[in-house]
Amino acid sequence: MKSKLMTILVLCLATLLMPGVAVAGETTTIDAGDTSFILVCASLVMLMTPGLALFYGGMVRRKNVLSTIMLSFIVMSVVSIIWVLYGYTLAFGPDIKSFIGGLDHLFLKGVGVEPAGGTIPHLLFMVFQLMFALITVAIISGSIAERMRFSAFLAFIVIWTSLVYAPLAHWVWGGGWLMQLGALDFAGGTVVHISSGVTGLVAALVIGKRKGYGSEPILPHNLPMTVLGAALLWFGWFGFNAGSALSASGLAVSAFTVTQIAAAAGGLSWVLSEWLHHGKPTVLGCISGVVAGLVAITPAAGFVGAMSALVIGLMVGPICYFAVAVIKTKIGYDDSLDAFGIHGVGGTLGAIATGLFANLSVNEAGANGLFYGDASLLLKQLIGVGATILFAALATFIILKLISYFIPLRVSSDDEVIGLDISVHGENAYADSYDFPMGAANKAVRTL
Amino acid sequence: MNKIEAIIRPGKLEEVKDALNKLGIHGMTVSQVIGCGHQKGRTEVYRGAEYSINLLPKVKVEIIVSKKWVDKCVEAITTAARSGEIGDGKIFIYPLSNVIRIRTGEQGEDAI
Repeated sequence: MKSKLMTILVLCLATLLMPGVAVAGETTTIDAGDTSFILVCASLVMLMTPGLALFYGGMVRRKNVLSTIMLSFIVMSVVSIIWVLYGYTLAFGPDIKSFIGGLDHLFLKGVGVEPAGGTIPHLLFMVFQLMFALITVAIISGSIAERMRFSAFLAFIVIWTSLVYAPLAHWVWGGGWLMQLGALDFAGGTVVHISSGVTGLVAALVIGKRKGYGSEPILPHNLPMTVLGAALLWFGWFGFNAGSALSASGLAVSAFTVTQIAAAAGGLSWVLSEWLHHGKPTVLGCISGVVAGLVAITPAAGFVGAMSALVIGLMVGPICYFAVAVIKTKIGYDDSLDAFGIHGVGGTLGAIATGLFANLSVNEAGANGLFYGDASLLLKQLIGVGATILFAALATFIILKLISYFIPLRVSSDDEVIGLDISVHGENAYADSYDFPMGAANKAVRTL
Repeated sequence: MNKIEAIIRPGKLEEVKDALNKLGIHGMTVSQVIGCGHQKGRTEVYRGAEYSINLLPKVKVEIIVSKKWVDKCVEAITTAARSGEIGDGKIFIYPLSNVIRIRTGEQGEDAI
Protein backbone atom coordinates (compact mmCIF):
# COMPACT_ATOMS: atom_id res chain seq x y z
CA MET A 1 0.00 0.00 0.00
CA LYS A 2 2.83 2.31 0.97
CA SER A 3 4.80 1.60 -2.20
CA LYS A 4 1.65 2.17 -4.28
CA LEU A 5 1.20 5.59 -2.68
CA MET A 6 4.85 6.40 -3.33
CA THR A 7 4.48 5.46 -7.00
CA ILE A 8 1.46 7.74 -7.35
CA LEU A 9 3.32 10.55 -5.62
CA VAL A 10 6.38 10.16 -7.84
CA LEU A 11 4.18 10.08 -10.96
CA CYS A 12 2.40 13.25 -9.84
CA LEU A 13 5.70 15.02 -9.17
CA ALA A 14 7.12 13.90 -12.51
CA THR A 15 4.05 15.28 -14.28
CA LEU A 16 4.32 18.55 -12.37
CA LEU A 17 7.96 18.97 -13.30
CA MET A 18 7.53 18.09 -16.97
CA PRO A 19 8.22 21.07 -19.21
CA GLY A 20 5.12 22.41 -20.92
CA VAL A 21 4.71 21.04 -24.42
CA ALA A 22 2.64 23.20 -26.67
CA VAL A 23 -0.24 21.73 -28.57
CA ALA A 24 -0.08 22.48 -32.26
CA GLY A 25 -2.86 24.97 -32.93
CA GLU A 26 -4.41 26.57 -35.93
CA THR A 27 -2.06 29.55 -35.75
CA THR A 28 1.55 28.89 -35.06
CA THR A 29 3.10 32.33 -34.88
CA ILE A 30 3.23 34.47 -31.80
CA ASP A 31 2.56 38.15 -32.27
CA ALA A 32 4.73 40.29 -29.98
CA GLY A 33 2.15 43.11 -29.91
CA ASP A 34 -0.70 40.81 -28.96
CA THR A 35 1.42 39.04 -26.38
CA SER A 36 2.59 42.21 -24.68
CA PHE A 37 -0.96 43.58 -24.72
CA ILE A 38 -2.44 40.48 -23.08
CA LEU A 39 0.41 40.40 -20.54
CA VAL A 40 -0.58 43.92 -19.50
CA CYS A 41 -4.29 43.01 -19.54
CA ALA A 42 -3.69 39.95 -17.35
CA SER A 43 -1.89 42.22 -14.87
CA LEU A 44 -4.79 44.67 -14.94
CA VAL A 45 -7.32 41.91 -14.27
CA MET A 46 -5.13 40.66 -11.41
CA LEU A 47 -5.29 44.14 -9.87
CA MET A 48 -9.08 43.94 -9.77
CA THR A 49 -9.09 41.42 -6.94
CA PRO A 50 -7.05 43.54 -4.49
CA GLY A 51 -9.20 46.43 -5.74
CA LEU A 52 -12.29 44.45 -4.81
CA ALA A 53 -10.72 43.72 -1.41
CA LEU A 54 -10.50 47.47 -0.72
CA PHE A 55 -13.93 48.11 -2.26
CA TYR A 56 -15.45 45.56 0.10
CA GLY A 57 -13.11 46.35 3.02
CA GLY A 58 -14.28 49.94 3.29
CA MET A 59 -17.95 48.94 3.32
CA VAL A 60 -17.78 46.72 6.38
CA ARG A 61 -17.46 47.77 10.02
CA ARG A 62 -13.97 48.53 11.29
CA LYS A 63 -13.92 45.29 13.31
CA ASN A 64 -14.22 43.24 10.11
CA VAL A 65 -12.09 45.13 7.59
CA LEU A 66 -9.11 42.77 7.70
CA SER A 67 -11.20 39.62 7.58
CA THR A 68 -13.07 40.97 4.56
CA ILE A 69 -9.86 41.91 2.73
CA MET A 70 -8.44 38.51 3.68
CA LEU A 71 -11.24 36.70 1.85
CA SER A 72 -10.17 38.24 -1.48
CA PHE A 73 -6.47 37.66 -0.88
CA ILE A 74 -6.86 34.04 0.16
CA VAL A 75 -8.93 33.51 -2.98
CA MET A 76 -5.94 34.70 -5.01
CA SER A 77 -3.75 32.07 -3.39
CA VAL A 78 -6.13 29.12 -3.34
CA VAL A 79 -7.79 29.55 -6.73
CA SER A 80 -4.46 30.19 -8.52
CA ILE A 81 -3.22 26.81 -7.31
CA ILE A 82 -6.45 24.99 -8.20
CA TRP A 83 -6.39 26.60 -11.64
CA VAL A 84 -2.88 25.46 -12.58
CA LEU A 85 -3.33 22.00 -11.09
CA TYR A 86 -6.66 21.05 -12.67
CA GLY A 87 -9.05 24.02 -12.98
CA TYR A 88 -7.73 25.18 -16.34
CA THR A 89 -8.00 21.78 -17.94
CA LEU A 90 -11.56 21.30 -16.63
CA ALA A 91 -12.51 24.63 -18.23
CA PHE A 92 -10.45 24.65 -21.40
CA GLY A 93 -9.36 21.06 -21.96
CA PRO A 94 -10.80 19.11 -24.91
CA ASP A 95 -14.57 19.02 -24.73
CA ILE A 96 -16.26 16.05 -23.09
CA LYS A 97 -19.94 15.76 -24.00
CA SER A 98 -20.34 19.57 -24.13
CA PHE A 99 -20.18 19.70 -20.33
CA ILE A 100 -16.59 19.71 -19.10
CA GLY A 101 -13.03 19.89 -20.35
CA GLY A 102 -10.83 16.78 -20.46
CA LEU A 103 -7.73 16.25 -18.37
CA ASP A 104 -5.20 16.76 -21.18
CA HIS A 105 -3.82 19.87 -19.49
CA LEU A 106 -3.70 18.43 -15.96
CA PHE A 107 -0.86 20.14 -14.03
CA LEU A 108 -0.45 22.43 -17.09
CA LYS A 109 0.70 19.54 -19.24
CA GLY A 110 0.92 20.76 -22.82
CA VAL A 111 0.47 24.40 -21.83
CA GLY A 112 3.65 26.07 -23.00
CA VAL A 113 4.84 29.22 -24.68
CA GLU A 114 3.72 28.13 -28.12
CA PRO A 115 0.42 29.49 -29.44
CA ALA A 116 -2.67 27.30 -29.31
CA GLY A 117 -5.13 28.56 -31.86
CA GLY A 118 -4.23 32.25 -31.54
CA THR A 119 -1.33 34.67 -31.62
CA ILE A 120 -0.40 34.55 -27.94
CA PRO A 121 1.35 31.81 -25.96
CA HIS A 122 -0.96 29.14 -24.60
CA LEU A 123 0.50 29.76 -21.14
CA LEU A 124 -0.50 33.43 -21.35
CA PHE A 125 -4.07 32.49 -22.25
CA MET A 126 -4.12 30.16 -19.25
CA VAL A 127 -2.89 32.85 -16.85
CA PHE A 128 -5.26 35.47 -18.30
CA GLN A 129 -8.15 33.10 -17.63
CA LEU A 130 -6.78 32.44 -14.15
CA MET A 131 -7.29 36.11 -13.29
CA PHE A 132 -10.97 35.82 -14.25
CA ALA A 133 -11.41 32.87 -11.91
CA LEU A 134 -9.87 34.89 -9.05
CA ILE A 135 -12.16 37.89 -9.33
CA THR A 136 -15.24 35.67 -9.76
CA VAL A 137 -14.66 33.78 -6.55
CA ALA A 138 -13.67 36.94 -4.67
CA ILE A 139 -16.95 38.66 -5.63
CA ILE A 140 -18.89 35.97 -3.74
CA SER A 141 -17.20 37.01 -0.48
CA GLY A 142 -19.19 40.25 -0.55
CA SER A 143 -22.39 38.39 0.28
CA ILE A 144 -21.13 36.50 3.30
CA ALA A 145 -18.75 39.08 4.76
CA GLU A 146 -18.70 39.70 8.52
CA ARG A 147 -20.04 36.29 9.53
CA MET A 148 -18.79 33.28 7.55
CA ARG A 149 -16.27 30.97 9.20
CA PHE A 150 -12.90 31.21 7.46
CA SER A 151 -12.34 27.45 7.27
CA ALA A 152 -15.82 26.93 5.80
CA PHE A 153 -15.10 29.66 3.23
CA LEU A 154 -11.85 27.94 2.26
CA ALA A 155 -13.60 24.62 1.76
CA PHE A 156 -16.35 26.37 -0.20
CA ILE A 157 -14.06 28.14 -2.65
CA VAL A 158 -12.10 24.96 -3.39
CA ILE A 159 -15.26 22.98 -4.18
CA TRP A 160 -17.07 25.85 -5.93
CA THR A 161 -14.15 26.65 -8.24
CA SER A 162 -13.87 22.98 -9.19
CA LEU A 163 -17.54 22.12 -9.56
CA VAL A 164 -19.17 25.39 -10.62
CA TYR A 165 -16.70 27.87 -12.11
CA ALA A 166 -14.69 25.43 -14.25
CA PRO A 167 -17.74 23.76 -15.87
CA LEU A 168 -19.43 27.14 -16.43
CA ALA A 169 -16.32 28.55 -18.09
CA HIS A 170 -16.25 25.43 -20.26
CA TRP A 171 -19.93 25.78 -21.24
CA VAL A 172 -19.50 29.37 -22.36
CA TRP A 173 -15.87 29.73 -23.47
CA GLY A 174 -14.30 26.28 -23.59
CA GLY A 175 -16.41 24.71 -26.35
CA GLY A 176 -19.29 23.54 -24.14
CA TRP A 177 -22.99 23.48 -24.91
CA LEU A 178 -23.71 27.20 -24.48
CA MET A 179 -20.87 28.06 -26.84
CA GLN A 180 -22.19 25.52 -29.35
CA LEU A 181 -25.66 26.99 -28.94
CA GLY A 182 -24.30 30.41 -29.91
CA ALA A 183 -24.85 32.24 -26.59
CA LEU A 184 -22.48 35.20 -26.33
CA ASP A 185 -20.46 36.27 -23.31
CA PHE A 186 -17.51 38.41 -24.30
CA ALA A 187 -15.76 38.90 -20.95
CA GLY A 188 -17.80 37.09 -18.35
CA GLY A 189 -21.35 38.36 -17.83
CA THR A 190 -22.65 34.87 -17.14
CA VAL A 191 -19.42 33.09 -16.20
CA VAL A 192 -18.18 35.77 -13.81
CA HIS A 193 -20.98 38.04 -12.68
CA ILE A 194 -24.24 36.07 -12.77
CA SER A 195 -22.56 33.00 -11.32
CA SER A 196 -20.86 34.88 -8.46
CA GLY A 197 -23.88 37.09 -7.73
CA VAL A 198 -26.35 34.20 -7.58
CA THR A 199 -23.91 32.14 -5.54
CA GLY A 200 -23.57 35.05 -3.13
CA LEU A 201 -27.32 35.35 -2.75
CA VAL A 202 -27.78 31.64 -2.04
CA ALA A 203 -24.86 31.70 0.42
CA ALA A 204 -26.32 34.75 2.19
CA LEU A 205 -29.67 32.97 2.51
CA VAL A 206 -28.15 29.70 3.75
CA ILE A 207 -25.79 31.35 6.25
CA GLY A 208 -28.34 33.86 7.50
CA LYS A 209 -28.36 37.52 8.39
CA ARG A 210 -25.62 39.25 10.34
CA LYS A 211 -26.30 39.73 14.04
CA GLY A 212 -28.16 42.99 14.49
CA TYR A 213 -29.07 43.28 10.79
CA GLY A 214 -32.22 45.33 10.48
CA SER A 215 -32.25 46.41 14.12
CA GLU A 216 -28.99 48.33 14.45
CA PRO A 217 -27.05 50.39 11.91
CA ILE A 218 -24.37 48.39 10.10
CA LEU A 219 -22.49 51.17 8.33
CA PRO A 220 -19.44 51.38 6.07
CA HIS A 221 -16.41 52.32 8.17
CA ASN A 222 -14.19 53.85 5.47
CA LEU A 223 -15.77 55.03 2.25
CA PRO A 224 -12.56 56.57 0.84
CA MET A 225 -11.08 53.04 0.94
CA THR A 226 -14.11 51.82 -1.00
CA VAL A 227 -13.64 54.61 -3.55
CA LEU A 228 -9.99 53.60 -3.99
CA GLY A 229 -11.09 49.99 -4.53
CA ALA A 230 -13.69 51.06 -7.09
CA ALA A 231 -11.06 53.11 -8.92
CA LEU A 232 -8.78 50.06 -9.12
CA LEU A 233 -11.70 47.95 -10.34
CA TRP A 234 -12.53 50.48 -13.07
CA PHE A 235 -8.87 50.63 -14.12
CA GLY A 236 -8.49 46.85 -14.11
CA TRP A 237 -11.73 46.38 -16.03
CA PHE A 238 -10.06 47.68 -19.20
CA GLY A 239 -7.83 44.60 -19.09
CA PHE A 240 -10.88 42.47 -18.35
CA ASN A 241 -12.91 43.62 -21.35
CA ALA A 242 -10.36 44.87 -23.90
CA GLY A 243 -8.09 41.92 -23.15
CA SER A 244 -10.92 39.52 -23.95
CA ALA A 245 -10.33 40.35 -27.62
CA LEU A 246 -7.12 38.31 -27.06
CA SER A 247 -5.26 40.61 -29.45
CA ALA A 248 -4.16 44.24 -29.69
CA SER A 249 -6.81 44.90 -32.31
CA GLY A 250 -9.67 47.16 -33.32
CA LEU A 251 -11.99 44.88 -31.39
CA ALA A 252 -9.95 45.50 -28.22
CA VAL A 253 -10.20 49.26 -28.79
CA SER A 254 -13.95 48.95 -29.28
CA ALA A 255 -14.33 46.92 -26.08
CA PHE A 256 -12.16 49.43 -24.20
CA THR A 257 -14.31 52.33 -25.40
CA VAL A 258 -17.69 50.80 -24.59
CA THR A 259 -16.35 49.86 -21.14
CA GLN A 260 -15.64 53.50 -20.35
CA ILE A 261 -19.00 54.68 -21.71
CA ALA A 262 -21.08 52.12 -19.79
CA ALA A 263 -19.21 52.75 -16.53
CA ALA A 264 -19.73 56.48 -16.82
CA ALA A 265 -23.41 56.10 -17.69
CA GLY A 266 -23.93 53.60 -14.87
CA GLY A 267 -22.43 56.00 -12.31
CA LEU A 268 -24.55 58.89 -13.54
CA SER A 269 -27.83 56.98 -13.74
CA TRP A 270 -27.41 55.48 -10.23
CA VAL A 271 -26.69 58.91 -8.76
CA LEU A 272 -29.73 60.40 -10.48
CA SER A 273 -31.90 57.52 -9.24
CA GLU A 274 -30.95 57.94 -5.60
CA TRP A 275 -31.05 61.73 -5.84
CA LEU A 276 -34.68 61.46 -6.96
CA HIS A 277 -35.49 58.70 -4.45
CA HIS A 278 -33.64 59.92 -1.34
CA GLY A 279 -32.78 63.50 -2.07
CA LYS A 280 -29.00 63.16 -1.92
CA PRO A 281 -26.41 62.11 -4.52
CA THR A 282 -23.97 59.90 -2.58
CA VAL A 283 -20.40 58.88 -3.33
CA LEU A 284 -21.14 55.24 -2.52
CA GLY A 285 -24.02 55.43 -5.00
CA CYS A 286 -21.79 56.90 -7.69
CA ILE A 287 -19.12 54.19 -7.45
CA SER A 288 -21.76 51.46 -7.08
CA GLY A 289 -23.32 52.67 -10.34
CA VAL A 290 -19.91 52.68 -12.04
CA VAL A 291 -19.33 49.06 -11.01
CA ALA A 292 -22.87 48.14 -12.14
CA GLY A 293 -22.16 49.77 -15.52
CA LEU A 294 -18.91 47.82 -15.83
CA VAL A 295 -20.68 44.58 -14.93
CA ALA A 296 -23.48 45.14 -17.45
CA ILE A 297 -21.18 45.93 -20.38
CA THR A 298 -18.90 42.95 -19.70
CA PRO A 299 -20.82 40.29 -21.67
CA ALA A 300 -21.59 42.77 -24.46
CA ALA A 301 -18.21 44.55 -24.63
CA GLY A 302 -17.02 42.89 -27.84
CA PHE A 303 -20.38 42.83 -29.59
CA VAL A 304 -22.00 46.26 -29.19
CA GLY A 305 -21.31 49.79 -30.37
CA ALA A 306 -20.75 52.93 -28.33
CA MET A 307 -24.33 54.19 -28.30
CA SER A 308 -25.65 50.79 -27.26
CA ALA A 309 -23.14 50.87 -24.37
CA LEU A 310 -24.52 54.24 -23.34
CA VAL A 311 -28.06 52.84 -23.21
CA ILE A 312 -26.91 49.74 -21.31
CA GLY A 313 -25.10 51.93 -18.74
CA LEU A 314 -28.09 54.23 -18.34
CA MET A 315 -30.39 51.24 -17.82
CA VAL A 316 -28.28 49.39 -15.28
CA GLY A 317 -28.00 52.23 -12.73
CA PRO A 318 -31.69 52.48 -11.80
CA ILE A 319 -32.23 48.71 -12.08
CA CYS A 320 -29.38 47.77 -9.72
CA TYR A 321 -30.30 50.65 -7.41
CA PHE A 322 -33.85 49.29 -7.27
CA ALA A 323 -32.48 45.81 -6.54
CA VAL A 324 -30.35 46.88 -3.57
CA ALA A 325 -32.47 49.74 -2.20
CA VAL A 326 -35.96 48.33 -2.62
CA ILE A 327 -36.03 44.60 -3.39
CA LYS A 328 -33.38 43.64 -0.82
CA THR A 329 -35.15 45.60 1.90
CA LYS A 330 -38.57 44.21 0.95
CA ILE A 331 -37.46 40.58 0.83
CA GLY A 332 -35.15 41.06 3.80
CA TYR A 333 -32.08 38.98 2.91
CA ASP A 334 -28.65 40.12 4.07
CA ASP A 335 -26.41 40.26 1.00
CA SER A 336 -23.78 42.16 3.01
CA LEU A 337 -22.08 44.10 0.22
CA ASP A 338 -24.61 43.55 -2.58
CA ALA A 339 -22.73 41.00 -4.66
CA PHE A 340 -26.09 39.81 -5.96
CA GLY A 341 -27.67 43.24 -6.29
CA ILE A 342 -24.84 44.55 -8.45
CA HIS A 343 -23.11 41.56 -10.05
CA GLY A 344 -26.04 39.15 -10.28
CA VAL A 345 -28.60 41.70 -11.42
CA GLY A 346 -26.14 43.76 -13.52
CA GLY A 347 -24.72 40.62 -15.17
CA THR A 348 -28.21 39.36 -16.02
CA LEU A 349 -29.14 42.70 -17.52
CA GLY A 350 -25.89 42.75 -19.53
CA ALA A 351 -26.40 39.24 -20.88
CA ILE A 352 -29.94 40.08 -21.98
CA ALA A 353 -28.79 43.42 -23.41
CA THR A 354 -26.24 41.50 -25.51
CA GLY A 355 -29.17 39.70 -27.10
CA LEU A 356 -30.76 43.06 -27.88
CA PHE A 357 -27.83 45.25 -28.95
CA ALA A 358 -25.23 42.85 -30.46
CA ASN A 359 -24.21 43.94 -33.93
CA LEU A 360 -22.22 41.99 -36.48
CA SER A 361 -20.64 45.19 -37.72
CA VAL A 362 -18.79 45.44 -34.38
CA ASN A 363 -17.60 41.85 -34.37
CA GLU A 364 -17.98 39.40 -37.23
CA ALA A 365 -17.55 36.51 -34.83
CA GLY A 366 -20.63 37.63 -32.88
CA ALA A 367 -24.23 37.83 -34.01
CA ASN A 368 -27.00 40.34 -34.56
CA GLY A 369 -29.29 40.98 -31.62
CA LEU A 370 -33.02 41.68 -31.61
CA PHE A 371 -32.59 45.35 -32.52
CA TYR A 372 -30.45 44.39 -35.50
CA GLY A 373 -32.91 41.91 -36.92
CA ASP A 374 -32.23 38.57 -35.21
CA ALA A 375 -34.44 37.55 -32.29
CA SER A 376 -32.81 34.13 -31.91
CA LEU A 377 -29.77 35.54 -30.08
CA LEU A 378 -31.99 36.91 -27.31
CA LEU A 379 -33.45 33.45 -26.77
CA LYS A 380 -29.95 31.97 -26.60
CA GLN A 381 -28.92 34.62 -24.10
CA LEU A 382 -31.97 33.88 -21.95
CA ILE A 383 -31.14 30.18 -22.01
CA GLY A 384 -27.57 31.03 -20.93
CA VAL A 385 -28.82 33.24 -18.09
CA GLY A 386 -31.37 30.68 -16.91
CA ALA A 387 -28.92 27.78 -17.02
CA THR A 388 -26.25 29.76 -15.15
CA ILE A 389 -28.68 30.86 -12.43
CA LEU A 390 -30.09 27.38 -11.95
CA PHE A 391 -26.73 25.63 -11.98
CA ALA A 392 -24.96 28.11 -9.69
CA ALA A 393 -27.87 28.30 -7.22
CA LEU A 394 -28.43 24.57 -6.95
CA ALA A 395 -24.76 23.65 -6.78
CA THR A 396 -24.03 26.35 -4.18
CA PHE A 397 -26.88 25.17 -1.99
CA ILE A 398 -25.71 21.56 -2.12
CA ILE A 399 -22.04 22.47 -1.54
CA LEU A 400 -22.87 24.62 1.50
CA LYS A 401 -25.16 22.00 3.02
CA LEU A 402 -22.44 19.41 2.49
CA ILE A 403 -19.78 21.57 4.14
CA SER A 404 -22.08 22.35 7.07
CA TYR A 405 -22.05 18.65 8.02
CA PHE A 406 -18.33 18.98 8.74
CA ILE A 407 -17.73 22.66 9.56
CA PRO A 408 -20.22 25.22 10.94
CA LEU A 409 -20.72 27.81 8.22
CA ARG A 410 -20.71 30.86 10.46
CA VAL A 411 -18.63 32.03 13.39
CA SER A 412 -19.98 31.92 16.93
CA SER A 413 -22.24 34.70 18.12
CA ASP A 414 -19.55 36.02 20.48
CA ASP A 415 -16.91 36.05 17.75
CA GLU A 416 -19.29 37.93 15.48
CA VAL A 417 -19.85 40.60 18.13
CA ILE A 418 -16.12 40.99 18.80
CA GLY A 419 -15.45 41.16 15.07
CA LEU A 420 -13.73 38.63 12.85
CA ASP A 421 -10.46 40.59 12.66
CA ILE A 422 -9.63 39.83 16.27
CA SER A 423 -11.67 36.69 16.90
CA VAL A 424 -10.61 34.83 13.73
CA HIS A 425 -7.35 36.42 12.63
CA GLY A 426 -5.95 37.85 15.87
CA GLU A 427 -5.30 41.22 14.28
CA ASN A 428 -6.65 44.73 14.71
CA ALA A 429 -6.78 47.01 11.67
CA TYR A 430 -6.76 50.25 13.62
CA ALA A 431 -4.85 49.59 16.81
CA ASP A 432 -5.39 53.11 18.20
CA SER A 433 -5.07 52.07 21.83
CA TYR A 434 -1.63 50.58 21.24
CA ASP A 435 -0.31 53.82 19.74
CA PHE A 436 -1.45 55.71 22.81
CA PRO A 437 0.87 55.66 25.86
CA MET A 438 -1.83 53.75 27.71
CA GLY A 439 -0.84 50.81 25.55
CA ALA A 440 2.18 50.41 27.81
CA ALA A 441 -0.21 49.08 30.43
CA ASN A 442 -0.66 46.05 28.23
CA LYS A 443 2.11 43.56 28.71
CA ALA A 444 4.05 42.70 25.60
CA VAL A 445 4.40 38.95 25.24
CA ARG A 446 6.69 37.57 22.57
CA THR A 447 6.96 33.88 22.02
CA LEU A 448 9.32 32.61 19.39
CA MET B 1 -14.69 72.89 45.13
CA ASN B 2 -16.78 71.75 42.22
CA LYS B 3 -16.35 69.94 38.96
CA ILE B 4 -18.21 71.47 36.02
CA GLU B 5 -18.88 69.16 33.12
CA ALA B 6 -20.28 70.79 29.99
CA ILE B 7 -21.49 68.80 26.97
CA ILE B 8 -21.49 71.25 24.08
CA ARG B 9 -21.59 71.46 20.29
CA PRO B 10 -18.15 70.71 18.75
CA GLY B 11 -18.33 74.00 16.86
CA LYS B 12 -18.71 75.99 20.10
CA LEU B 13 -15.53 74.74 21.78
CA GLU B 14 -13.35 77.70 20.78
CA GLU B 15 -15.91 80.24 22.03
CA VAL B 16 -16.30 78.37 25.35
CA LYS B 17 -12.52 78.21 25.78
CA ASP B 18 -12.20 81.96 25.09
CA ALA B 19 -14.98 82.76 27.57
CA LEU B 20 -13.32 80.65 30.30
CA ASN B 21 -9.91 82.14 29.56
CA LYS B 22 -11.38 85.63 30.04
CA LEU B 23 -12.41 84.54 33.54
CA GLY B 24 -8.83 83.42 34.16
CA ILE B 25 -9.63 79.72 33.94
CA HIS B 26 -7.03 78.01 31.79
CA GLY B 27 -7.11 74.41 33.00
CA MET B 28 -9.60 72.10 31.35
CA THR B 29 -9.98 68.59 29.96
CA VAL B 30 -11.68 68.25 26.59
CA SER B 31 -12.96 64.99 25.11
CA GLN B 32 -14.83 64.02 21.97
CA VAL B 33 -17.99 62.19 22.99
CA ILE B 34 -21.21 60.96 21.39
CA GLY B 35 -24.61 61.05 22.98
CA CYS B 36 -28.27 61.83 22.62
CA GLY B 37 -30.81 64.09 24.28
CA HIS B 38 -33.73 66.01 22.87
CA GLN B 39 -31.98 66.30 19.52
CA LYS B 40 -33.45 63.68 17.19
CA GLY B 41 -30.23 62.69 15.41
CA ARG B 42 -29.77 62.53 11.68
CA THR B 43 -30.37 60.17 8.79
CA GLU B 44 -27.66 58.63 6.66
CA VAL B 45 -28.33 56.76 3.42
CA TYR B 46 -26.17 53.93 2.05
CA ARG B 47 -27.19 52.34 -1.25
CA GLY B 48 -30.73 53.50 -0.69
CA ALA B 49 -31.03 52.14 2.85
CA GLU B 50 -31.75 54.77 5.49
CA TYR B 51 -30.06 54.63 8.87
CA SER B 52 -31.11 56.77 11.81
CA ILE B 53 -28.06 58.02 13.70
CA ASN B 54 -29.23 58.88 17.22
CA LEU B 55 -25.90 59.30 18.96
CA LEU B 56 -24.42 62.57 17.77
CA PRO B 57 -20.89 63.88 18.21
CA LYS B 58 -20.42 66.40 21.02
CA VAL B 59 -17.53 67.82 22.99
CA LYS B 60 -17.20 67.40 26.76
CA VAL B 61 -15.35 70.15 28.69
CA GLU B 62 -14.39 69.38 32.30
CA ILE B 63 -13.11 72.08 34.64
CA ILE B 64 -12.48 72.25 38.37
CA VAL B 65 -13.21 75.53 40.18
CA SER B 66 -13.67 76.78 43.71
CA LYS B 67 -17.28 77.27 44.80
CA LYS B 68 -17.28 81.05 44.32
CA TRP B 69 -16.44 80.67 40.61
CA VAL B 70 -19.13 78.16 39.75
CA ASP B 71 -21.89 80.62 38.80
CA LYS B 72 -19.56 82.79 36.72
CA CYS B 73 -18.24 79.75 34.87
CA VAL B 74 -21.72 78.38 34.19
CA GLU B 75 -22.82 81.76 32.88
CA ALA B 76 -19.75 82.06 30.64
CA ILE B 77 -20.21 78.55 29.21
CA THR B 78 -23.96 78.98 28.74
CA THR B 79 -23.53 82.26 26.87
CA ALA B 80 -20.71 81.00 24.68
CA ALA B 81 -22.20 77.59 23.86
CA ARG B 82 -25.77 78.73 23.16
CA SER B 83 -27.08 78.75 19.59
CA GLY B 84 -30.74 78.65 20.58
CA GLU B 85 -31.37 75.44 18.59
CA ILE B 86 -32.06 71.97 19.98
CA GLY B 87 -28.76 70.21 20.70
CA ASP B 88 -26.84 72.96 22.51
CA GLY B 89 -25.97 70.52 25.30
CA LYS B 90 -26.00 70.43 29.11
CA ILE B 91 -23.92 71.43 32.11
CA PHE B 92 -23.47 69.16 35.12
CA ILE B 93 -22.03 70.38 38.44
CA TYR B 94 -20.55 67.97 40.98
CA PRO B 95 -19.22 68.59 44.49
CA LEU B 96 -15.58 67.62 44.76
CA SER B 97 -13.93 66.21 47.88
CA ASN B 98 -10.29 66.93 47.02
CA VAL B 99 -7.79 67.83 44.30
CA ILE B 100 -4.12 66.84 44.32
CA ARG B 101 -1.42 68.35 42.10
CA ILE B 102 0.84 65.44 41.25
CA ARG B 103 4.02 67.53 40.71
CA THR B 104 4.03 69.30 44.09
CA GLY B 105 1.68 67.28 46.23
CA GLU B 106 -0.46 70.38 46.92
CA GLN B 107 -4.03 69.61 47.89
CA GLY B 108 -7.46 71.30 47.87
CA GLU B 109 -7.92 74.78 46.40
CA ASP B 110 -4.12 75.26 46.19
CA ALA B 111 -4.01 72.48 43.64
CA ILE B 112 -6.64 73.98 41.32
